[in-house]
Amino acid sequence: MTSTRQPVAEGLFTWPPTPSEPPRLIGSECTACGLVSFPAAADCVRCGGQDPKERLLADRGTLWTYTTQNFRPPSPPYDGPEAFEPYAVGYIELPGELLVEARLTEADPHRLRIGQPMRLTLVPYTVRDDGTEAVTFAFTPAEERAS
Amino acid sequence: MTEAVIIGVGLHPFGRFPGKPALDMGADAVRLALADAGVNWPQIQGGYIGSYEVANPDAIVGRLGLTGVPLRGVFNGCATAGTAIALAARAIETGEHDLTIAIGLDKHPRGAFAADPSVAGIPSWYGQTGLFLTTHFFGMKINRYMHDHGISHETLARVAAKNFGNAAANEKAWRRTPLTPEEILASPVLNYPLRQYMYCGPDEGAAAIVLCRADQAHKYTQKPVRVRSTALRSRRLGAFEVQSPSFPVGEIVESPTVDASRAAYERAGIGPQDVDVAQLQDTDAGSEIIHMAENGLCKDGEQERLIAEGATGIGGRLPVNTDGGLLGNGEPIGASGLRQIHEIVLQLRGTAGTRQIPGTPRVGYTHLYGAPGVSAVTILST
Repeated sequence: MTSTRQPVAEGLFTWPPTPSEPPRLIGSECTACGLVSFPAAADCVRCGGQDPKERLLADRGTLWTYTTQNFRPPSPPYDGPEAFEPYAVGYIELPGELLVEARLTEADPHRLRIGQPMRLTLVPYTVRDDGTEAVTFAFTPAEERAS
Repeated sequence: MTEAVIIGVGLHPFGRFPGKPALDMGADAVRLALADAGVNWPQIQGGYIGSYEVANPDAIVGRLGLTGVPLRGVFNGCATAGTAIALAARAIETGEHDLTIAIGLDKHPRGAFAADPSVAGIPSWYGQTGLFLTTHFFGMKINRYMHDHGISHETLARVAAKNFGNAAANEKAWRRTPLTPEEILASPVLNYPLRQYMYCGPDEGAAAIVLCRADQAHKYTQKPVRVRSTALRSRRLGAFEVQSPSFPVGEIVESPTVDASRAAYERAGIGPQDVDVAQLQDTDAGSEIIHMAENGLCKDGEQERLIAEGATGIGGRLPVNTDGGLLGNGEPIGASGLRQIHEIVLQLRGTAGTRQIPGTPRVGYTHLYGAPGVSAVTILST
């Protein structure tokens, strides 16, 4: 059976992912000054430029900092499941691009560390009334790569 | 330029007051401040009033007297009261008015602040997926800071214990039950490494401050408190701030607190070494630790030793949040910064009762920080 999955928002990440084309975050790059933004921004916050081009961001980075979410956030705006499972969030440094905030797949703070290699993944974070799974981006601990 | 001085302060208790509108709390605070200054409402020539929950806080004139006074509503997130006091002082400094008032009032529902991310210019998915929580920022900022500067979990707990202890000596504070560091460390984690008793909560309250021209202060008080400087700064590109889905790599710059603090010291001609007592934005225990350094009061990492030694306690060499801070008082956003000013004025007058710091304090410092990355600093002196 194939469940219906939909991204939480259009234009956040490439969709649908395939084995040959894993997901990537969709950012933007200012054509005037080169500043990279996520989510894609029409206006550059460095130079005020208004002519961005799309840029797929790196799918690997390192954990810059993190915290956990141990209580269910107020709804609205949160529309996750009523049965709350703690999750973690963090900023991942994508070298040469930016630091991006994301949910982390590992919720135990003692299994996370600053500097840890992370890679992008997609996670279903809630099920809509019509049975559709809403999918968002997250980062997951990655194996250390030999340098 | 004429200098502005504070001649009256008024504080409505912070906490929960079922059935009492925010405007009534504000009116009580104004009457206390007017009585403290020895002036009447019709004498007030202009004012600034801040609130998050009350759309028209200037409606307070309906309770105080319809004198036609220009009363301007202001809002800058958690730095709202810093804006109100700055503009009330500026109106005197520029000669527009001789007698002004700054008022703050708020009445928040229980629980964490909840809003649509669009109020901060952020897309809906950020809130839907559980990222739009200011508490995340505070957890992540102190987690990184502890990693970089060797701050321990025990130090977080000591800060909270100090502020709850100070609040216990403050009859107008909300959280008046002292807690030990052990009890604080045993409370549930909300956002690692921050625990339940390391966070302040939104609540209710009001405060008001009456100011006049320095050369007329003798008509009202023997102990005017000088407004030496005020400064407000917003975030610069690269600073790590509340509600940022991303920020540039390699451009990490100092926080708006550092910027506001430097500007305020420079304008006052006063340095961090001159500060006798400080009220810092302690949204959480980690924030107080970070803000000690961001306001120039110590070097990064020194907090670990200073707090263990009790330096920031009421008897220490740099008392911080002597009235219990936000941890002890909660945060009615519009009023919070004027609560800080109220406490500094009591300390500089020497009338803070059992929480009076020793000696003859001459310089007091207040600091606010909040979304979306805005800081306000006020430096006061005798």
